[in-house]
Amino acid sequence: MELLVGLLIGFLAGAGTYLILNRNLFRILIGLALLAQAANLLVFAAAGLGDGTTPILPEGSPEPPPTMPDPLAQALVLTAIVISFGVLAFCLTLLKRAHQRSRRSGVGSLAGIES
Amino acid sequence: MSFELIHPAAAVCLILLAALIAPLFGRASDRVSAGLMGGVMALVFTFLAVAGREVWSGKMWRGSLDWAPELGMRWDLWISPMGLLMALLVSGVGTLVAVYASAYLSGDPNRGRFFSTFFLFAAAMMGLAVTENLLVFFVFWELTSLASYLLIGYYHRKAESRKSALDALLVTGSGGVVLLAGILLLGEAGGSYRIGELIDHRDHILAHSLYPAILGCFLFGAVTKSAQVPFHFWLPGAMAAPAPVSAYLHSATMVKAGIFLLAIIHPVLGGTPAWHFSLLFLGVLTMTWGALVAVVQTDLKRLLAFSTVSALGTLVMLLGIENALAAKTVVVFLIVHALYKGALFMVAGVLEKTTGTRDVNQLRGLMRSMPALGIAAVLAAASMSGIPPFVGFIAKELLYELKLETPVVGWSLLICGVVANSATIVVAIQVGLAPFLGPSENAPALKKKPPPALWLGALVLALAGIVLGIFPGLMAPVVESAASQIKMEPVAVKLKLWHGFNLVLLLSALTVALGIAGFRFRNCWRRIGSWLGDSLGVRGQSVFRSGLQQFVTLAGFLTRCLQSGNLRQYFAVIIFTASLLLVAAFVRTAYSFESITQQPFRLDVFFVLALVALGVVGTIRNRRRMTVILFLGCGGFGIAGLFALYGAPDLAITQLLVETLTLVLFALAIYGLPRLEVVRSSAGDRFLPIALSVTMGIVFTLLTLKALDLNIHDPVSLEIAERSYPEAYGRNVVNVILVDFRALDTLGEVAVLVVAALGVAAMLPAPASGLVSRTLARQRSAVLLASARYTVPAMLVFSLYILLRGHNEPGGGFSGGLIASMALILSHLAQPDRSLMVARQRPYRLAAAGLLIAAISGLPGLLGEGSFLAAWWGAEAWLPAVGKIKLGTPLLFDIGVYLAVAGVVLLLYETMERWHASRCVSSTGSHLSPESLSSR
Repeated sequence: MELLVGLLIGFLAGAGTYLILNRNLFRILIGLALLAQAANLLVFAAAGLGDGTTPILPEGSPEPPPTMPDPLAQALVLTAIVISFGVLAFCLTLLKRAHQRSRRSGVGSLAGIES
Repeated sequence: MSFELIHPAAAVCLILLAALIAPLFGRASDRVSAGLMGGVMALVFTFLAVAGREVWSGKMWRGSLDWAPELGMRWDLWISPMGLLMALLVSGVGTLVAVYASAYLSGDPNRGRFFSTFFLFAAAMMGLAVTENLLVFFVFWELTSLASYLLIGYYHRKAESRKSALDALLVTGSGGVVLLAGILLLGEAGGSYRIGELIDHRDHILAHSLYPAILGCFLFGAVTKSAQVPFHFWLPGAMAAPAPVSAYLHSATMVKAGIFLLAIIHPVLGGTPAWHFSLLFLGVLTMTWGALVAVVQTDLKRLLAFSTVSALGTLVMLLGIENALAAKTVVVFLIVHALYKGALFMVAGVLEKTTGTRDVNQLRGLMRSMPALGIAAVLAAASMSGIPPFVGFIAKELLYELKLETPVVGWSLLICGVVANSATIVVAIQVGLAPFLGPSENAPALKKKPPPALWLGALVLALAGIVLGIFPGLMAPVVESAASQIKMEPVAVKLKLWHGFNLVLLLSALTVALGIAGFRFRNCWRRIGSWLGDSLGVRGQSVFRSGLQQFVTLAGFLTRCLQSGNLRQYFAVIIFTASLLLVAAFVRTAYSFESITQQPFRLDVFFVLALVALGVVGTIRNRRRMTVILFLGCGGFGIAGLFALYGAPDLAITQLLVETLTLVLFALAIYGLPRLEVVRSSAGDRFLPIALSVTMGIVFTLLTLKALDLNIHDPVSLEIAERSYPEAYGRNVVNVILVDFRALDTLGEVAVLVVAALGVAAMLPAPASGLVSRTLARQRSAVLLASARYTVPAMLVFSLYILLRGHNEPGGGFSGGLIASMALILSHLAQPDRSLMVARQRPYRLAAAGLLIAAISGLPGLLGEGSFLAAWWGAEAWLPAVGKIKLGTPLLFDIGVYLAVAGVVLLLYETMERWHASRCVSSTGSHLSPESLSSR
């Protein structure tokens, strides 16, 4: 199963890279979102997939179950998800402004835009 | 008074304090200014002279102050004989120059600024003199360069002033940087930055493989500072500064810093053939060159500047000669030069100020109108010429004696020395005698008579020259101890004026005769000089400036290459570099594929993976923006499913909510986004993106699989999980990490979110509100309104439930906040015109309040345990549906996260929404229906 998940992460990252290298600003934005997802999944999967046990201690016994997945990786990914949302919104706005100014969709045309 | 009683650092601090308050007295009367500014320096001088008496008998004082103890950085101070001599020169000449400058800059509105920089320089010089730790030494070293820059550029309205200042800064500053490299290398080789300890490791350092590099760096630092050929050109340029600066920095003190450095580092690095020959070569070259160029000058200050270059060359040459006599001569010449050159610079300043010219051909016969100044000038010039009974005579005798004694290169040295000294006499006559001698009828008219403050300093220095000449025993202990420091062994010094009739005296007489002859034929020299200058066409300064221009051009070219303004190129470079590094890392490490099938194949996971893959393919293949966004959401939901299946409910919830919100934002923003037109591109143009993305994909896959394989340390999370319940009273370990164990990280992340949202709000300007609400009012949907009436309150309550139970069950501030914001967005969609929560200021306040609450929750820990955000627990409470929860600051922190996240999302939504609405109004004038949305 790890192999499949790894391949999917590679696919996400590859697709994200491909889109980021596109001329179209909208595609770049989508590429950014895909790359963020790939990175989140990478951190999540790198800590080990586990067998589905949650990092929640059973009631009554404060001892962590032996098959518990890595909670630290999950905490990292949780904030990363929210942050990448914020960054995506920021880039979206940046893109809108750039597009509004230049009236063009290509990246090459952005060089002369100010504020 | 001793250094035990008053720390030498206090002297540095006192001068710095003076630098701070000097601007207040910029407009004070000349008397007050002279008294105050000179008083500070005189106080320091007296203190050093009295407290430093023991140092002359060979007893050094050492001390240390903490600077950055965490980094092992200390300000190690020492009062060494050389350092004390330097400090006395700085404060002594400084006193006279401060008095002089008060009168010289009389009525100048910027005098306060001048004194501020002046004292900054004096403090830096003082620090240089008393610092043993080379790293701190470097700081003061650079400070003197900086202060010199400001002082040379004092007349900042003149372009030449600014250029000269920049030349000086670049030359001395680059020397400083190289010196720092040398200091670091020396620290590496010698294991210490204290000169005293380095001297103990001298043998080790000299044998070290880094020694040539260290010596090179130190020499470079010293020769740039002390204006040795070929870096000498900044010093004549520095004559653009006011005369007090020339007298103080560029003759008596700063340019001696390089000499001082060589002198105090000689016991560590000196004594090798490399030291000997490089210093000898540089010194002789500079001495001769400076003297020859000086003779052909007609500008008073340039004459003095080039003769200073020559004198500095003499000092460097002396430091390159390895015998006791040379060490003795260095110290004597250092003192002598400071006395006469400081005096002559002050005289030159007064001449320029009173007659309005610096041309030596126009100045004559001024003795009658300015007798005191004339006496000072003549005395100083006599000392400079080495006429008995002045102290300059002693220095010159020593020089000749030394050159006669030095074997091998002795004769060439002697010839260069005679040439340089004769030229010095020519300069002395032109600056000190010629302007004052002759009939007073031809004298240029004076603008005004100089007040005593303008000639007092020069006179004191010149008189000191004659006193020391007649009673050389006064400076014998100073010379003896300083020479012993340079030589690292006791040097017996007997100074006397009269040595009897011998070869040395003959040479002196020959020099004087040559000097007078040179003065007679000065016009001849000048013609030759200008002819040579024209035919060679080479000047250090112009070479340096054109080189600088070339460098700037090159930098501009490189910048344009790197910053092409092409985003794709930037991305390509970043991605290429990243994948290259990763591939290199893979190649270098062994790898086994054992861990990639730890978990059995699961059909449900496979379906989720297929869903994500489908979403990705959809985003790449589609041309309609809305469809692309929907496919992106599809992939995102798939990832949420993956999180859920592999035991990460918190992640699944968050991912689900974020994907939904992303969809909402994109749907609002899509109107302003570029269309996905078809761009035909050549195969070559497409090759690079495809190659890079395939590489990146492979690297990510390998990275994932490899990470599973590696287990370098036991994960810290095991310990976290064990401590989670006993210490943080939470069963949901993820939440415990977020709000307790790693709460500071979370606080930072929430702050990043808030900043991003503020950036969005700032970038999209708010349209006129009346227009918008009317447009929005038309979009009302009855069904949505009816359902929102019940769902919104329910969602808000649910979000609170999620928040509160988060410590023990899946949930928490992040997901709770996202749900709450969705509820409010829903209510706004249902009632665009009446939504209270989405009023203009609300989201800002919500986000700010959240951040503030989260930060405040860290205070009890800070006050109680001294650790920000350390948990502080109170009573246990029971809540319906939630169950038992422990009350404490982590709960408060989570509430802050909840509010901040809700505020951020609402702010993003509100900004996008308002902008979207204004676009609808301005472009179509009609509202946007779901159909029209999907067609875009």
